[in-house]
Parts: sequence; structure tokens; C-alpha cells
Amino acid sequence: MVIWPAGLQPRKKFAKMAVRATRFHRFDLGSESEAAEAGFFCFGAARLHTEALMASPQNATGPKNATGPRNATGSLNAAGGKAADDVVLENAAERPLANSPEVDTPASLLLKIPASAALALECQRDLGPFQIAYQTYGRLNAAKSNAILICHALTGDQHVANDHPVTKRPGWWTIMIGPGKPIDTDRFFVICPNILGGCMGTTGPASRNPATGQPWGLKFPVITIRDMVNAQVRLIDHLGIDQLFAVVGGSMGGMQVLEWAARHKERVFAAVPIATAAWHSAQNIAFHEVGRQAVMADPDWCQGKYQEMHQLPRNGLSVARMAAHITYLSEEALQKKFGRNLQDRDAKTFSFSADFQVESYLRHQGSTFVDRFDANCYLYITRAMDYFDLAADYGDVLANAFRGTKTRFCVVSFTSDWLYPTRESKEIVTALNAVAANVSFVEVVSGKGHDAFLLDEPELFSAVRGFLSSAARKRGITEIVEAR
Amino acid sequence: MQEIVKPARSIRVDHQLIADMVAPGARVLDVGCGDGALLQLLAETKDIDGRGMEISRERVNACVAHGLSVIQGDADRDLNDYPDDAFDYAILSLTIQATLQPKLVLANLLRIGRRAIVSFPNFGHWQVRSRLLFTGRMPVTPNLPDAWYASPNAHLCTIKDFDDLCRIVDAKVERAVAFNSSGQQLGTWIRMPLTVHNFLGEKAVFMLTRRNTG
Repeated sequence: MVIWPAGLQPRKKFAKMAVRATRFHRFDLGSESEAAEAGFFCFGAARLHTEALMASPQNATGPKNATGPRNATGSLNAAGGKAADDVVLENAAERPLANSPEVDTPASLLLKIPASAALALECQRDLGPFQIAYQTYGRLNAAKSNAILICHALTGDQHVANDHPVTKRPGWWTIMIGPGKPIDTDRFFVICPNILGGCMGTTGPASRNPATGQPWGLKFPVITIRDMVNAQVRLIDHLGIDQLFAVVGGSMGGMQVLEWAARHKERVFAAVPIATAAWHSAQNIAFHEVGRQAVMADPDWCQGKYQEMHQLPRNGLSVARMAAHITYLSEEALQKKFGRNLQDRDAKTFSFSADFQVESYLRHQGSTFVDRFDANCYLYITRAMDYFDLAADYGDVLANAFRGTKTRFCVVSFTSDWLYPTRESKEIVTALNAVAANVSFVEVVSGKGHDAFLLDEPELFSAVRGFLSSAARKRGITEIVEAR
Repeated sequence: MQEIVKPARSIRVDHQLIADMVAPGARVLDVGCGDGALLQLLAETKDIDGRGMEISRERVNACVAHGLSVIQGDADRDLNDYPDDAFDYAILSLTIQATLQPKLVLANLLRIGRRAIVSFPNFGHWQVRSRLLFTGRMPVTPNLPDAWYASPNAHLCTIKDFDDLCRIVDAKVERAVAFNSSGQQLGTWIRMPLTVHNFLGEKAVFMLTRRNTG
């Protein structure tokens, strides 16, 4: 059984479990409905969050959770098979992520870069000292030729294939990465860093600014996808890897893949940009702006100084997540999953409570997100995506970004992804063809929208597996011989 | 492109003929690569750097899953993306008859590849001629198995027709081989008169270069 982090849960079994989920909603989300009637967006009690998180319809989908007895605090016992889960989750809910030790002293590998080696950012400012939190899986071979860099998306982090330290749920891409998986950790050495600007240990707006001792907040420089990649270059240098066997990522992770392939051609043997684009469209910028405005309109945002003021813009960040979450699905997926089904009631209530299942679902998505993500980070990272336009520095000709490349590419898109539609992937393919690059392109038929790249999509897996195996043969990666 | 013959379990005759024409280690683009059998053959026997383009999404995905560098694309439209001389060989195997603009496709092949290799079913084969002559209906033969309304073929031609087109697009015929379904070759081009090939050959493979670049 897989318990997914908020926003990343599989949706394939939803039709089957709709009845069951409704039953659980009746019990689990009762508190949410009450809250809604009392003004849903006034999150007074941290307990409410714990309940919402623990009693999520997603948790209810798994056989263990669905049948797990509930204790008096409203948590499921042994939800994830770990005795300490309840306690930790309550702590997590009562302590905003911004104040979590994961922000500055993460339970991850950590590379600290001194001020003397500051990172020159695209905005003309220098950032240093700074740190990069990362996870690795598998073993680096003696030739250091089997390293795969995983670039995570907007709200992802380095915990790609291990349990998440805050949510205690399995990593966000365990379906793709692990022993015998398409990205096989028996064969490859997988590195996944938290991006620059993130909130899980790599320096970002939630981190403490060593110069002031206070959180960076809005004093943090505006960063770009290129800055994120340049920070990753430091990590790869530190690991002594001259050339990455592959760089793989979806969505914003795919933007980083393209950036790596364009600006560090010699260091990328193979590149797998999934469900992404070489530039952010007006519609995507528009959605991000809605999210940012929602955060900034929350009085608890405190002009970005909520950490010092011991506040948290829960409402704003929740709304931002709700709006964004719609864009990660598809109309078909929403309709299939929820239709016009009512939530925990037999008739409309003629009020603004969450009458519809889809409302309840989105509210849940919003509220759980706040517990694992920082609001200012959300502003910065969405901005970085908006600014991404790979062709801009190459005379507005995307092909020029890839001129002379020897990298092997595998571009993947999904039919129902309207955030990064197939035509934007095809644009990348066209540019790669224009320089006669080695490119494969797969469009996966899926009704799951943009999120499909995180879900169980056999065609995605067989493409990634086939592509990486073939590239590994070309690279001469056979047996793992451990590096000293 | 839809291929008119189903991929055989053994090596297809025209694939073997094409493979014989390709130099080892070459850069090859296979337009209408289908299930990737030719790319696979060339990779195994000639160690080529191969790419494929295929119109069917299912076939593309299967090719990529087998480790071949293949993209979804349409020969009529997407060949324009490639730069001049990007490949040593641009191959169009049993596909040209299914394109909407064979002349444009052929010109593109000659532009993209230093050499173009094209195979096609010969509509001038005696069986085709006799069926048309004696039945008065569009021929259905082992080589052209579909009824006219179900055929993916839009522009069928004879060996003579194709030879004419080569002249029109300023292509020089380096090699040409006509063969029958059992794979028997009908001798090299120069030795036998065109009319004989056109009558006896079920399919043909042409290797072309641009005349202006020699």
C-alpha cells in the first residue's frame, strides 16, 4: 500500500472507492464541515489540521487506513505502520513548517557552501553561505558514470524515494525510483537535492539568514531555474561527478532538466524532461499570480514576516494550493472522481459549506499543504517558474539552446495535461530535431492531467526504463563497482 | 506511416536490402520506422546511430520502450524541422506511397540525408497490371493487400514513375534493386532494362543522392 503525500495521491481507484470514501467523509470530515459553517478559513485549532490530515479521503483509500481504528484524538492508529506517526503529525500541525528543524537542520545529507564560494544569482546578487539538502539512493560506481540527478517539482522535495520526515509518507516518486524500478537503484546512483528556494533544508526564504539571525523572508533574492541548477552544479562538483548519466524531472523538474541540458551539455549524458515546457505560458503565469495574491492577501502573511510575528498565512496558502491543484488535474479526472456528488449529506444545504465532494477535496488539499510547505517559498518558486524562458537567452530560438548537444533526450508528455500540453513538449522536440539531437518523444495517453507524471502510468515507466537501459548500454554502465 | 506489409518474424527482405546499403557506424533517420525492426537490425548489424519517426503513437511508445530513439511525427509535416545533412542516410521504407506529398517528402529526405534510401511497392508489377486489366477493379495482391477504400496508400507508383520523380527532384540513382516477395533480387539496375524490373519486381529499393552535390 502506498500513502501519498498531499497532492500526489493516485487517483486510479477512485471510482471504486467512492462509496467507501463517502462513508469516511461522514465521520472524518465532520469537523471540517463544522469549521466550514463557522467560517472554514478560520483555522483556530491546530488540532483541526491534524484531523484533516489524518482523516483524508486519500488515507481512507488504503486498506490499512480504511479499516484502522481511530483513537480519541481523531487520528488513525498505526496509519503508516509507524507507532510514532500520530505524535509527530500532531507536532507538525501545531508547529508550522517554517519553524521546523527541517528548514535549517534537515534530516538529509547536507552540503554547506561558505560565503567565499557564494553563488552568483541571475538577479545580480550573490548568495552565500548557503546549503543544499539532498538524498541519495544506490551506489556510485568506480567510474562515477552511473549518477542520475532527480529534479523535483514546485512542491516536491529531496525525499523522492524515502519516507518524508514531516508527513511520514513514502517519497513522492517511489513508483519510479527504487530497486528494480524504471530508475533502478540497484544499477544507478540517484541524487535528489531540495531546490534552491525550497523549505526542506536547502537555503530558501524560510531559512535563517546567517547575517541577521532572522528568517530570510522577502529579503531572500528572487531566484530562477538557472540559479537552482547552478546550485545543483555545486553539489555534483562536490560529489566528484564529471558527467551525470541522466537528469530526470517532471514539471518544474523538467525545466531544470532542460536548463542542465542547455547550459551544461558536457555534463549530461541523457536527459528526461517530463510534462514540462521550455517557457512558462501566460496562462500558467496567470494561475501562479492568483496563488501569490491569495497568499499576500492573507493578513497573517504579515508582509512576508509571519515567521517573526509567529503567524502563518494558512488561509492564503490553502487557497493558492486549491487553485493550483485544479490545474494539476483534468476536467475528465475531476468529473470522473467527483461529478456533482454531495459530500456527507443528502441534499444541498443552501449555505457555503462544502456541499460538493470536490469542494471538500480541494479544502483538504489546501489545508494539508500548509503543514508541509512554506508560504514565502511558494511565492519564490512560482516566480522562478514564471521567469523561465530557455530560448530568451538564445535569440528566442530554442534550437540554439541545444546546438552542439550530444545528450540523448527522452521527452514525455500526457494527453490530458493542460498545464504543460503536448504541443509544448513537441516544441522542445522540434528544437532538438533542428539540431539533429538524439531524441525520443513519447506522448502517454492518460486522463489524469498534469499529475499523471507522478502516478501509475505504465507507458511512462516502460519509456523511461527502455530509454535509460539503452542509454546505459551506450554509456557502458554494466555492473556496479563501488567508488572508493 | 502505416506500413503495407506486416513485420515478419524473420528479417524483412527490403530491410535486409537496405541494411546492405548502409555503411557501418552511420547516422540514420528511419522515417516511418513502424515497430523499429529496421532500426534494430541496423543497430545490431551496422552499429548505427539511429533515429526514427513514426506516425502511430502506440508504435512510437513501443519503440522507445525498446530503447530506440523514436519520436511521434508525420513525414509530410515534421521532416521540415531537420537541418540539412543531419544524417548519413535518411530512409523511407515502404512509406512513400502513404504520404500526402511524396515529392516534398523525397526532397526533404535528400536534404536531410547525404543519401536517401527509399523502398516502395511497385504498382507496375505484372500481377497488379493483370488484375486491373482482367477484373477491371483496383488490384488486391499479396503485396497490396487492402481494398482501395481501406488502404493507407495515397500515392501508388511504378518503378518507372519513381525513376521519373527522382529526375524531377534532381536525385541521382546510386543503386536500385527490384525484388519479388520471396526476396529474389532481379539484378542490378544498370544490367537489366527498366521495363523488365517494372514488370517483374514487386517492390524496389532505391538509394539516391543529390545530383548538385554529386
